[in-house]
Amino acid sequence: MTEQSPQPIIKKKTGKSVYLDYQATTPTDPRVVEAMMPYFTEKFGNPHSRNHPYGWEAEEAVEKARRQIAHIIGADSKEIVFTSGATESNNLALKGVANFYKDRKNHIITVVTEHKCVLDTCRHLEQEGFEVTYLPVQTNGLIDLKQLEEAMTDKTLLVSVMAVNNEIGVIQPLKEIGALCRERKVFFHTDCAQAVGKIPLDVNEMNIDLMSISGHKLYGPMGIGALYVRRRPRVRLQALINGGGQERGMRSGTLPTPLCVGLGEACEISEKEMAAETERLKMLSDRMYGRIMEALPEVFLNGDKEHRIPGNLNLSFAYVEGEGLMMGINDLSVSSGSACTSASLEPSYVLRALGLEDELAHTSLRLGFGRFSTEEEVDYAAERIIQEVQRLRDMSPLWEMAQEGIDIKSIEWAEH
Amino acid sequence: MSRTATYLDYNATAPVRREAAEAVGEVLALCGNPSSVHGAGRAANARLETAREQVASFVGRSPSDVIFTSGGTEANGLALNGTGRRRVFVSAVEHPSVLKANGDAERIPVNEEGVIDLEWLERALKACPNEGLVSVMAANNETGVCQPIDEVSEICRRYGAVFHCDAVQIPGKAPLDSVMDHAHMVSLSAHKIGGPQGVGALIVSEEDVSLTPLLRGGGQERSKRAGTENLPGIVGFGKAAGLVRGDLSDAARIQRLRDDLEARIAEVAPTVVFAGKNAKRLGNTSCFAVSGLDAETLVMAFDLEGIMISAGSACSSGKVKASHVLMAQGWNNDLAGSAVRVSLGRTTTEADVDAFLAAWTAIFGRLGQVEKIEGAAA
Repeated sequence: MTEQSPQPIIKKKTGKSVYLDYQATTPTDPRVVEAMMPYFTEKFGNPHSRNHPYGWEAEEAVEKARRQIAHIIGADSKEIVFTSGATESNNLALKGVANFYKDRKNHIITVVTEHKCVLDTCRHLEQEGFEVTYLPVQTNGLIDLKQLEEAMTDKTLLVSVMAVNNEIGVIQPLKEIGALCRERKVFFHTDCAQAVGKIPLDVNEMNIDLMSISGHKLYGPMGIGALYVRRRPRVRLQALINGGGQERGMRSGTLPTPLCVGLGEACEISEKEMAAETERLKMLSDRMYGRIMEALPEVFLNGDKEHRIPGNLNLSFAYVEGEGLMMGINDLSVSSGSACTSASLEPSYVLRALGLEDELAHTSLRLGFGRFSTEEEVDYAAERIIQEVQRLRDMSPLWEMAQEGIDIKSIEWAEH
Repeated sequence: MSRTATYLDYNATAPVRREAAEAVGEVLALCGNPSSVHGAGRAANARLETAREQVASFVGRSPSDVIFTSGGTEANGLALNGTGRRRVFVSAVEHPSVLKANGDAERIPVNEEGVIDLEWLERALKACPNEGLVSVMAANNETGVCQPIDEVSEICRRYGAVFHCDAVQIPGKAPLDSVMDHAHMVSLSAHKIGGPQGVGALIVSEEDVSLTPLLRGGGQERSKRAGTENLPGIVGFGKAAGLVRGDLSDAARIQRLRDDLEARIAEVAPTVVFAGKNAKRLGNTSCFAVSGLDAETLVMAFDLEGIMISAGSACSSGKVKASHVLMAQGWNNDLAGSAVRVSLGRTTTEADVDAFLAAWTAIFGRLGQVEKIEGAAA
């Protein structure tokens, strides 16, 4: 394989836009694409066709990918179940475990800042008779372990806590949660869509029983994910998608060989490059944060300063109208909330859970950096954001009043 | 792998069309989540909707009727579990993804040609008016046998049943119009029509059926199927859907090749039995058995000659279980355990058929002789 230095793909394609939305989706690494493409064309076998070489070749490729995925989380390849993505993995983990064990235990603990697919699935399980505790988070976005412990009862079946939050990038204390769950004989599921390849993960050290993995959040393709399911002590699941009995009965359907290969390759590359990449991203986000904080007052970082991935900054710009800010910086691909909910104008439930008032939640930007982000892009983006925030504040009567020392909250607005 | 290999396993998976592979490759080089509101997201969303229109246009429905899934299996799972209907009837020859989708499903028997018993269905639905969900496939993956979709639909309509049709095997092989005119829900798979693996669709109109989702989360696919869309896969599916209609003009040629192949198989082995030979069948599929020959052994022997065929459906191959499809149409365990499937497609040529027959002649000569000797000894 010819080693190419990865290009900032989006920049090349659209000319001027800077992509800073790595938590929504990441570009597929060209090395991953290269590994995948042969399986779209000359190696097109059905990996379940056990009795001819096109099938064998596909099966071999899928098994290699399974090993690559297992390796990055310290698991055995037999514990990896391919799915269509993290949403399916989360649905399968929660419903699968809940339905299998429902005669014994009926309580699930999760967190208010989980991804929508975890929360929606939990709400659905509530309708089916399960009890769900939604733990609050502290103002830094992290859960209070004491509250978790107190929430556990002898009916608690499963704890589901994400590793890295998709909006604010904070890292939950997985090892401590895992230890607590093991001690209380409760299954521990963690949505690691935003964490795999970004932070070191070890299912044994962290006592993780189920882990959701996404392809397109770690420079792999869309349409593929995985669920880690512990074999010892064994975790059982009721399948969500039934049929041919692929994936040891836990997930039926023809495996998409090229996508499996892509996810495997993405894991291997991320594992190899994680240490160096973490340093580089830390440098980039420090640079962005430093520039903005130096130039602008009244900017707040959402989520814990220390326990966060370096590829995410979630900032609130007080006295700025969020929609206006987004429009003003439309040459930057950034998000103002999670991708799934950003089309609506509701303030982010994650930011509200931190105790942010609606005004500040509405003026937040999620800046995501990643493998193809460059110093030049960061400088340009910081410059554009600073410019635009200053421009909007200059037009804002609220900002003017705040500058004059008036407490905005004390103003009684007249009806009109 | 050498390209001289003869691939005759189209019903398991079809080679990806060059145009579809190129489209996938092109989208893989882009970045953007279709749910993001910024430029990159909107560009991704535009591609998603173009692909939806291509699939919709292929099936002759509105784009809003297309729910993209991770494949035919998931589409079947969604259809069989999402309607809230409690009385579920599935034909005994359905794909496992239908048979096992709903644990309460009752099986509609089939006759010796593999065609469903319409009288049985009528009696069953009569007993539960407006409560039934019926799932009958357009054509069988193992035998190619087509079901009487019009009649099934008529009976469903009479008794207020919802009708789902797994149509993953027919695009490009038989017209889809009748299925689309009659079924409330239709499952499709991209990799069976020369698109990529990992993507499919359930075609369903909100006016007909209000589905509850199998996968919950973000509001993608009109809240019927959460999860970031497999954009490269979906674009490849759209591309393949745009091209597959053209395959119908080639269907007569493929049927001639298949008929020729069957005639010549029988010349070599006069005791051969073809599954569903007297039924309406897809022109690309031949499922046959010679009593006493083990299917797995045959498939391996063909493989050594560079010819890829399959024993039963891909999903159940590798397991020693005899085909549930053939058992349902009255074949005994022994004969069903001898059955192999040959399925042709757009790249199949006369030379492929000749290669198959040369191998068949040699293999049958060898294995058939052994069987005779063993039979004589016994």
